Amino acid sequence: MRVKRTTSGVLRMERTWGLLLALPTMIGLLAFTIGPIVASFAFSMTDWRIGSESSFVGLDNYRTIVTSDSTFAKSLYVTTYYSLFSVPVCLAIAFLIALMLNQRVRGLSVFRTIFYLPTIVPSIASTMLWLWLFNPDFGLLNLLLETLGLPESKWIYDEATAIPSIVLMGTWGVGNYVIIFLAGLQAVPAHLYEAVEVDGGGALRKFWHITVPTMTPTIFFNLVMMTIGTFQAFNQAYIMTQGGPNNSTLFYVYYLFRTAFSETKIGYASALAWILFLIIMCLTFLIFATSKKWVHYEGGGR
Amino acid sequence: MPNPSTVVRPGMRRISVRASLRLTRLLIYLLLVAGSVLMLMPLLWLVRSSLMDNAQIFVFPPEWIPRPFQWSNYPEALTSVPFGRYFLNTAFIEVCVLGGVLLISVITAFSFARLRWPGRQVVFFTMLGTMMLPSAVTIIPLFVLWRELGVLNTFVPLTVPAWFGGGAYIGQGAFQTFLLRQFFLSIPKELDEAAYMDGATPLSVLWKVIVPLSVPALLVVGIFTFIDVWNNFLEPVLYLNDEAHFTLSLGLATFKGLYNANWGYLMAASTAMIAPIILLFFVGQRYFIEGITLTGIKG
Repeated sequence: MRVKRTTSGVLRMERTWGLLLALPTMIGLLAFTIGPIVASFAFSMTDWRIGSESSFVGLDNYRTIVTSDSTFAKSLYVTTYYSLFSVPVCLAIAFLIALMLNQRVRGLSVFRTIFYLPTIVPSIASTMLWLWLFNPDFGLLNLLLETLGLPESKWIYDEATAIPSIVLMGTWGVGNYVIIFLAGLQAVPAHLYEAVEVDGGGALRKFWHITVPTMTPTIFFNLVMMTIGTFQAFNQAYIMTQGGPNNSTLFYVYYLFRTAFSETKIGYASALAWILFLIIMCLTFLIFATSKKWVHYEGGGR
Repeated sequence: MPNPSTVVRPGMRRISVRASLRLTRLLIYLLLVAGSVLMLMPLLWLVRSSLMDNAQIFVFPPEWIPRPFQWSNYPEALTSVPFGRYFLNTAFIEVCVLGGVLLISVITAFSFARLRWPGRQVVFFTMLGTMMLPSAVTIIPLFVLWRELGVLNTFVPLTVPAWFGGGAYIGQGAFQTFLLRQFFLSIPKELDEAAYMDGATPLSVLWKVIVPLSVPALLVVGIFTFIDVWNNFLEPVLYLNDEAHFTLSLGLATFKGLYNANWGYLMAASTAMIAPIILLFFVGQRYFIEGITLTGIKG
C-alpha cells in the first residue's frame, strides 16, 4: 500500500531508521573501541599481571617507564629513528614514481600495476621473502652488491644496518602512496601549467610553482598516514628480527606486545600503550599545526 | 632570397627542443623500467627460490634458473603442516567477516550519508577518530575481554566485531564505512526524496536506489576486506594458539619456525599464499585503483 507522505513524516521516518541502521556500529564503537580505551586507561593504573591479584598503583607505571625503563627508551629511540628515516625516503620515492607516471607515458597502466603489486603481498609473506633476500650468504641483495662491485652487507643481522634494511624493505611497498599521489597529480588543473608556459616558464618552474603547491594536501595526507604507520611497526620485528640484533630493531609496539603477552604485565603494557597513543596524538597535532604554513587548499582553506 | 640564418634558426630551435624533450622522455622510460625491474625482482626471486632444490639454492654466486625445476617443493611444503586446514579456517573467517562488513558498512554509511537524525555528526566523527587510534591501545583490553568471555582460541574474536562495524580488525570497518559514505554522498539526494514522497521506506530506497548505483564501491569494499582478512596477522597471533584453528598467515609464520633453513619450502608456501591475492588483483584491478583514489582524495 502506498501513502503520500508529508515532509515532517519523512523527517520522523529518517530519524527512526537512521538511528536503527547506525545502531550496530554504535554498539560496536562502545564495546570494541570506547570501552577498551577506558579499560586500557584503568589497567594502566594497576600492577595487574595475568593470573595474579591487581592493585591500584596510580601513575607508578608511567613514572617507572619514563624514569627507569631503559628498554622503553631504547624502543622509543628505535621507532623514532625508523620513522624519521623511513617517512622522508618513502614519501620522496613515491612522489618521484608518481611524477614519472604522470608524464603521459605509454603503458601507464602496466607500470602502475608493477609499482602497486608489492603492496598487496601479505605482510607475513613479504617479511618472509625479505628475510631470504637479506640472507648474507645466499640472498639476492648481496648478489646485487657483488655484481655492482660493492662490499657486501649483513643487512638485518648487523646493528648498524638493521633499521636501514627495514626502510629499504618499506620502499618496496610504497605503491599505495604512489596511486594517491598520481590521483592528486592528475587533478592539478592544466590551465595553471598553461599559464606558466605563456609566461615562458620551464619544467622546473612548473614543478615548484604549480605542482608542489597544489599537491601539498596530498603530501600532507600521505605524511600523516605514513608517520602513524611507522610508529606502529610490528611484523618486521616479530617475524624477522625478534627485536635484535642487540635490540636495534626493538620497535615500540613489539616491546609492548612482548610486555603484555609474553611477560603478561597487563598494567605496565597498558601504560606503554597510552604513552604511544599520546606520542601519536602529539605528532599528528604537530603535523596539523604546521600544515597551515605549508598546505595550500584551493580557494584558500577549508 | 630570405636571409638563410632567419630561416634555419627557428627550425633548428624547434628541433633541439624536440630532441631534448625526446631525451627527457627516454630518461623517464629508462627510470621507470629500472624501477619496475627493482619492484619485480624480489617476486621473481621468490618464485625462483620456490622451485629450487636445497643443493642449488645454497650455491654462491646464486643462480636464477632452477635446474631441475623442483615442483615437488609445493606439495611437500603444503602437506608438511596442515595448510589445507589453515585454508579452510581462513575461508570461514573470510565469509563471516565479508558478510558482516558488507551489511554493516552499507547500512551505517547509508544512515550517515542520507538520513538525518540527532547525534549523527557526533557518531560519525567518533568513528572517524577510531581510524586514527593506534591498535596498541585496544588490543590489550580486547584480549582481556575475549579471555573473560572464554572465547580465546575460537573464531569469535576474529568474526563477531565485523557484525558491529569492527571489520577485519578494529578500525578496518570504520574505514570501509567511511569509503561507502563518501560514495553515497555523490548520489543525488532527489532520488530518495521522490521515493519517500511515493511512500517508500529508507530500507527500500537503500535496496532499490542506492545499492544498485553503488556496485563498484561495494566491490572495492569487498576486495579490500577480503585482502585485510587474508593478510591479518596480529589478531590471529593473539587469539589463536591451537594449531587446528590457525589461519594461513599464522600457519605460515609457524611453518617458518619449523623449517627455518629450508628456503625452498618457505618460498613455495609463501608463493602459495600470495598467488590468490595476485589473481584477485588482476581480476579486480580497476577497483583497487578506484578504491585507493576515492579514500586518498576525499580523505
